[in-house]
Amino acid sequence: MKKENIPQDKSALDNFTRDVIYAKNEEGKYTTGLSIGWKIKKDALDNEWEEVNRRIEEAKKAVKEGKKSPIYYFMELRLMDISILSGYTGFWKLSVKRHLKPDVFEKLSDKKLKTYSNAFDISVDELKNFKG
Amino acid sequence: MLKDFNHIQTAHCENGITTSLLKYHGIDYINEPLAFGIGSGLFYIHIPFMKFNNGPAISFRTMPGSIFKRTCKSLGIEVKRKKFKDHKTAMDYLDSKIAEGIPVGCQVGVFHLSYFPVEYRFHFNAHNLIVYGKNHENYLISDPIMEKVTTISFRDLEKARFARGPLAPKGHLYYPENIGKPDIELLKKGIKSGIKRNIRDMLNIPGHIAGVKGIKYTSKQVRKLREKLGQRKAGLYLGQIVRMQEEIGTGGGGFRFIYAAFLEQAADYLKEDKLTGISEDFTKSGDLWRSGAVEMAGIYKGRLGEQKDFDKIADILLEIHETEKQAFKKLSKLKLGK
Repeated sequence: MKKENIPQDKSALDNFTRDVIYAKNEEGKYTTGLSIGWKIKKDALDNEWEEVNRRIEEAKKAVKEGKKSPIYYFMELRLMDISILSGYTGFWKLSVKRHLKPDVFEKLSDKKLKTYSNAFDISVDELKNFKG
Repeated sequence: MLKDFNHIQTAHCENGITTSLLKYHGIDYINEPLAFGIGSGLFYIHIPFMKFNNGPAISFRTMPGSIFKRTCKSLGIEVKRKKFKDHKTAMDYLDSKIAEGIPVGCQVGVFHLSYFPVEYRFHFNAHNLIVYGKNHENYLISDPIMEKVTTISFRDLEKARFARGPLAPKGHLYYPENIGKPDIELLKKGIKSGIKRNIRDMLNIPGHIAGVKGIKYTSKQVRKLREKLGQRKAGLYLGQIVRMQEEIGTGGGGFRFIYAAFLEQAADYLKEDKLTGISEDFTKSGDLWRSGAVEMAGIYKGRLGEQKDFDKIADILLEIHETEKQAFKKLSKLKLGK
C-alpha cells in the first residue's frame, strides 16, 4: 500500500484516535501514516453491532415469552456468551446453561443471584424483576 | 509521574509496549517493526470448533505476550512478569513499581476500558497498555494504539486487569529489567533469530490449521460457507475475519505490512539486498489481505452473495497462502549466519 492510499473514511474512531498504518512513501520505503478509519472495517463493525442488537432483542422476547430466564437477556446485553459468563461468575458452563431456564432461575439462591448481578453490574432486583 | 516518559503510538499494542518500554530504558534503536520481527510476531492460526464472539477464532499474529518476551530475551534483557489471585495485591504491586519509577505493561480486558468508545468494547482480553504514573484519583495510561496518553480510574483499571473469560489477564503485569547498553551486534543477532523462528512457525508447524497452511484451511472453509451457514451468518463469519485482520490499531492487512517494514530494516542492518525483495512479497501479501477484505465486505454488506463470490474470496486466500509460503521459503534459503 502507498501512503497516499491510506484510507480516510469516517468511523467509530472519530474523537478517539487515529490508526497508525504502515505504507510506502514516494521512494518506495516504508513509513507510517494516520488513518481516521476504513469503510471496510467500519462496515464489519456496524454489521457486528446489528447482530448484537438483534440478539439482545431476541433474548428480550424469549424472556417475555417465558422461554428463557433474565440471565439470558443480561448475558446478551453485556455481550457475553456462556464461557465468558462462566468466567465472571465462577459457575460451571453447564450450570450457567441450566440457569438460563426460567424454572431453574426461580429457585436460585440469593447468593447466586448476587453473583450474577455483580457480573452484569446491576442490582439483584433488576435481575429478578426483568420481565422482557 | 515518571520522568520523561514518552508516549509512542504504534499499529499494534504489544509491539507498542515493547517499543516504549525498551526505549524508555535507553534502547534507542528499537521501533515497532524491529520489535515485531525480532519477536517473530507474524503468524496465522484458525482454530476449528472454537468460537470467539460467536465467530471463527482466527489470529494473524503470534500468542499474546510472546513478542515482548522474545524481543527482550533476544536483546539480552530480562523480563519480570507477575500474575495475581488477589486484586488488592495486584494493585498494590503496580503502585509500588510506579513509585519506584518503573513504567509497567499490563494485560487488560477491553470491555472495561472506559476511555475506549463503546463500539469497540467487546470481551477481548489480550489488549496491553502501559501505566506510567498516578495522580490522586487516576492512573496515567499510555495506550500504544492511541495518539495521546489518557487516564483511567482505579476501579476501571482493576476491573480491566481482572477481566474474566478466555485469555483472562489475572492481573498480569510485566516490565524489563537489567537493561544493558544498546548493542548493535546483539540487535543483528536478534533480527536473524527472529527471522528463523518465524520461518519455523509459518512453514514447519505441525497440523493444517496454523502457519501458512492455516490460510489454506480458512480458504476451504470460506468456499463451503454459503452452503453451510446461509447468507447472513456467512456475512458475520467474514466480518469477524476482517475484524481480526484489522483489529483496532492494525489497519489494512496490518501485520503483513509491519513485517515487510521489518525486513526492509533487516536488509540494511544485515547488508543483505535479497531481504528487500522478500519484503516486497509481504507487501504483496498485505495488499492481497486488503483486497480479500473488500470482497468479504461485499458479502456482509449484502452486495454479493453468489457461490462465485465466495469462490473469489477463497481463491484470494489461496493466493495469499502461496505468496507467504514462497516468501518464507526464500527467507529459509538465505544464509544469514548466526
